Amino acid sequence: MSAEPAVEVHDLVVRYSTTTAVDGLDLELRHGRVLALLGPNGAGKTTTVEVCEGFRSRTAGAVRVLGQDPAGAPESLRARIGVMPQGGGAYPMVRVREMLDLVAACSAHPLDTGWLIETLGLESCAKLPYKRLSGGQQQRLSLACAIVGRPELVFLDEPTSSLDPQGRHLVWDLVRALRTDGVAVLLTTHFMQEAEALADDVVIVDHGRVVAAGSPEELTTSGAEDTMRFRAPPGMDLTLLEGVLPEGYLSKEGPPGHYTVSGRIDPQVLAAVTAWCARQGVLADDVRVGRRSLEDVFLDLTGRELRS
Amino acid sequence: MSTGFDTGTFSPDPGAGSRGRMLAVHTRTETLLALRHSEQLLLTLVIPLALLIGLTLLQGLVELPEPRVNAALGTVLALAMMSTGFTSQAIALGFDRRYGLMRRLAATAIPRWLVVTGRLGGMAAVVVIQVVVLGGVALALGWRPDAGSLGWALLLVVLGAGAFGACGLLLGGSVRADLVLVIANVVWFVLLFVGGIVVPADQLPGALGSLVMLLPSGALAEGLRDVLLGGTPGLGHVVVLLVWGVVAGLVAGRTLKWD
Repeated sequence: MSAEPAVEVHDLVVRYSTTTAVDGLDLELRHGRVLALLGPNGAGKTTTVEVCEGFRSRTAGAVRVLGQDPAGAPESLRARIGVMPQGGGAYPMVRVREMLDLVAACSAHPLDTGWLIETLGLESCAKLPYKRLSGGQQQRLSLACAIVGRPELVFLDEPTSSLDPQGRHLVWDLVRALRTDGVAVLLTTHFMQEAEALADDVVIVDHGRVVAAGSPEELTTSGAEDTMRFRAPPGMDLTLLEGVLPEGYLSKEGPPGHYTVSGRIDPQVLAAVTAWCARQGVLADDVRVGRRSLEDVFLDLTGRELRS
Repeated sequence: MSTGFDTGTFSPDPGAGSRGRMLAVHTRTETLLALRHSEQLLLTLVIPLALLIGLTLLQGLVELPEPRVNAALGTVLALAMMSTGFTSQAIALGFDRRYGLMRRLAATAIPRWLVVTGRLGGMAAVVVIQVVVLGGVALALGWRPDAGSLGWALLLVVLGAGAFGACGLLLGGSVRADLVLVIANVVWFVLLFVGGIVVPADQLPGALGSLVMLLPSGALAEGLRDVLLGGTPGLGHVVVLLVWGVVAGLVAGRTLKWD
């Protein structure tokens, strides 16, 4: 495996007639790693992935995929990558096995299609025509098509959007196994949990730009305030609590009986809060110390209004 | 966390499959799908078959030269090529595009020319079945072919399938699937009755008769009836079919949408 990144995107710009879908985006994915491209609808995730797959032309910027320029989707590149597009991808009347066999025939050393069908839980619908499959079954077939050719690099565009929790965990296990075996995975997702569970690197995009990048750990700890939440009888006088805490800590009662202390929560602060409750003769219940979740980071960066 | 997959299961080992195998599997899939589609089978086989028997046995239906079965065979072979090459092909491609098939195939190592070749291969398989079945039933109805007319007829069948196939790819590859469905069926119906297929061109009113000779339907049906009745095909018919095939093929190659 070469030391060169599997995917390298520098200052990518994609403009359509009136809109700019991607506006100066950078990312790098190394072999054997998983990169999650996270962003609201219309952020430019799919456009970026399609440029890397070679299906969409770019307006400006440098893109290298497995050491090649992907523009025009050359056969030499398509033979080495696996692609799971967002939705669709078969003859309406084709059966699961026939479709997977067709895609497998395009590869030199495909995985065993029978095994893959069984692994992805598609046996029960292997004889149904594609258009009769549920959204989740279609998505699992699409994933099978993406990995059947033993690619070095896999693009998964929202791989779990139609799946139930079992299906989602199956796909997560599969992505982890791909990573363990040295396959590079670039996935897009709306699900923060998915990015947190799978990704070595997360790139949050909005309006075609990178608004944050790093490991899930880095993103959730950097510049973030910790919070400590607990439950106790409503109406406690919090000015007294703030008296026993160091300078700069804030406390508030949200819904009655739900208290939050924000600031750097270390063992001393935790002890001070519970000791103060004890002195009031109250039991602090359901005590939780929380760092920001990736979802908090995401919403802070991209705003809370709905995107169309 | 245990993944349940043995290490090394997905170790990369990429590469393009052999062209021969891609072509074989793709053509097989296309053929299977063409044969599975019951509406398409009705269109491509049952209607021509019914028409062959009807035109041969029912004297008063359409005025045809003797032996009636020879002329009727020419008519239904032209109809069969239009059904398979144009209508079925266009509708199948339109819906395949809607379901994202072209995108899927474009993401594999299969070359684009091979995707088109596979489609034509599937079409050819249906054409062979049509020719065998219709020819067999015509024999049973009293058709006695000679080698010369058979050769010319097969040449025209190939040219006709090519011309209609190119037009089918052009239509199916360029507009929305539901629009393809409407256009392909309307054109089939119109050409069947006033395109020189069922009603011979010389029985059509006025200028329409000479106009339909410039359409693939008229050129193919008239050419086939000529050769099956013992004549040679007019050069004009061959040229018309070639021009439609080449021009529509070239335009389809440029306009075919992969999504």
